[in-house]
Amino acid sequence: MAKAVGEVIIDIEKCKGCELCIEACPEDTLALANAINKKGYRYAEVVANNCTGCANCAIICPDACITVYRLIMKKIA
Amino acid sequence: MSEIPTIEINKETIIKPENLVYKPPKTLFDTPMHYCPGCGHSTVHKIFMEVVEEMGIENDIIGVAPVGCSVFAYYYMNVDMQEAAHGRACAVATGIKRVLPDKFVFTYQGDGDFAAIGTAESIHAANRGENFLVIFINNAVYGMTSGQMAPTTLYDMVSTTTPYGRDPKIHGHPFKITDLIAQLPGAVYVTRQSVHTTANVRKAKKALRKALEIQKLNLGFQLVEIVSNCPSNWRMTPLESLKFIEEQMLPFYPLGDLKVPEGI
Amino acid sequence: MGEIRLMKGNEALAEAMIRAGCDAYFGYPITPQSEVIEYLSREAPKKSKMVVLQAESELGAINMIYGAAGCGKRVMTTSSSPGISLMQEGLSYIASAQLPCLVANINRGGPGLGTIQPSQSDYMQAVKGGGHGDYHLIVLAPYSVQEMVDFVKIGFELAEKYRNPVMILADGAIGQMMEKVELFDFIERNQEAPEWATVGRRPGKDRVFITSLFIQPEKMEEVNKILQAKYREVEKKEVRYQQLNIEDAEYLLTGYGLGARICMKAMEIGREKGYKIGLIRPITLYPFPYNVYNELAPKIKGILDVEMNAGQMLEDVKLAVDGKTTVKFYGRMGGMIPTPEEIIESFENHFIYGGKNV
Repeated sequence: MAKAVGEVIIDIEKCKGCELCIEACPEDTLALANAINKKGYRYAEVVANNCTGCANCAIICPDACITVYRLIMKKIA
Repeated sequence: MSEIPTIEINKETIIKPENLVYKPPKTLFDTPMHYCPGCGHSTVHKIFMEVVEEMGIENDIIGVAPVGCSVFAYYYMNVDMQEAAHGRACAVATGIKRVLPDKFVFTYQGDGDFAAIGTAESIHAANRGENFLVIFINNAVYGMTSGQMAPTTLYDMVSTTTPYGRDPKIHGHPFKITDLIAQLPGAVYVTRQSVHTTANVRKAKKALRKALEIQKLNLGFQLVEIVSNCPSNWRMTPLESLKFIEEQMLPFYPLGDLKVPEGI
Repeated sequence: MGEIRLMKGNEALAEAMIRAGCDAYFGYPITPQSEVIEYLSREAPKKSKMVVLQAESELGAINMIYGAAGCGKRVMTTSSSPGISLMQEGLSYIASAQLPCLVANINRGGPGLGTIQPSQSDYMQAVKGGGHGDYHLIVLAPYSVQEMVDFVKIGFELAEKYRNPVMILADGAIGQMMEKVELFDFIERNQEAPEWATVGRRPGKDRVFITSLFIQPEKMEEVNKILQAKYREVEKKEVRYQQLNIEDAEYLLTGYGLGARICMKAMEIGREKGYKIGLIRPITLYPFPYNVYNELAPKIKGILDVEMNAGQMLEDVKLAVDGKTTVKFYGRMGGMIPTPEEIIESFENHFIYGGKNV
């Protein structure tokens, strides 16, 4: 059985806090930050260490803010 | 029993070029878009530019952006573009495609542009079988002028010019121009998509790619309608607007292919 | 010496388009110029690779022109007054986006649906803008079938030199009448697209986009200044006119296109009667030959402006003479054509009988 671990990088200055990524994430990895960016939006940020790199967030993100990496780990034995 | 080496999994081991699964396309300028939070316009810009990049046709495509919220599409799409007068995109695209038949040509139009002020240009370009792609964003409202009725506004839907809801006796009926165009022999690929869920974004992207592949085969007019949202003028949060698409828009504007060329 | 033919004005214009290497024609039929698209549909495929497309409307046609001109192609459309009114939106955009194109207006009588008979009632629309915003078309006014041919070549050259729409403003009579013409030879053109044209990104270069939208007022003013600087240059360099019998002239007849042609006969009649009449015929209506009138005015007792309208160029003639001489007007409207005799009668009434019989 394989396990995937992922990382997302969010361009917070481009983010408008629409929350579409948060809704699309099956793992509840993302949430709105309490801080705001230069445009005054609360931006999306990673709040849990459980990303699988499925890229749903990046695909739904209207503003092309998200880059996703995914590492597949094959379980030994 | 031998010792299994433990590999520490951390950011550094994951964030490597070989593990990249999604990054924004280079064909999209790295600049914030002016659209409101959650607007489907930006999503469609993004996926269309992904298609252009994946097909490697950045240098062989010319776009037309007419009037509407997407009037500034040329600030985001890093390809040659022309801005057109309101409603005239299909005429402008006809002019481009007729003199440059070997280039890919697309228009990016809203419901007001494509289905109200530009109806004659739209229908006749389709009927002539002009070999270009129309990306038609249907969000049932005039976004740029801040929320007036569109030809596609649903029955009973409130807009600033239908403050008591759209009444067909006064305002006429919602206009399914895509269904109408599907009847024309010159239109060869006609499909209705949406970008309100991840799965739908993937499907919409596939449809856009299919359209350009059909264009390459010189088969005729391609129309990809995308049922989209307008959170600001619908007076909703972005998430509420996606729910409205699912519950109100899609029953009236059902998704799927209306026409596909044989053998494609 | 080029090929000599007997041709109708509209057909000569169409043949000149083919010979000038026009890449695309988009148009919509309207009397009295439908022969243009008919001739092109028949002859262009035999002699050229020109795209000839009958659009769904004049709105469609002018915007197809915008698109194809934006690709750096040599493009033209033709219409007549009501159709040209429909094209005004597109012309404003084309002027703002600085795209070259050639448009012919085979003027018929208006206002409204009007008449299909010849008229000059679109002067103001042609030379003062026509659409919205501060812009000018360069306007050429042929008075013969020969000039219908010559101005196609000159028109394309001016359009491309200044990246500005050029209009040939003729009237139904010039379009419909047959005359001997000398046709220029087929022109071989450099097909390389100019750098501002949208032809797909050039490797190693920034993409290009064509627009008339400048949302920041500072930028919009800057664009206006660029346009105005261009118009000043056009006014300095591109004024064309014809003058006849100026040397001993005490009076002038003036008019353009067919009006000027009738004035030439009227001038002959007047001279036979002993009146020292000269003539000025503006060939470019924009830029208007203001200085020509202004310099002659102090030596002239009076000018009779003759037009097939209610007196439109009249305003420019008055501006040109700047009060230095008397300007009177004779015109027919609604598709009626003045006779030389009528013109001389008007002339005599104004200048010989002191306006008593006017």
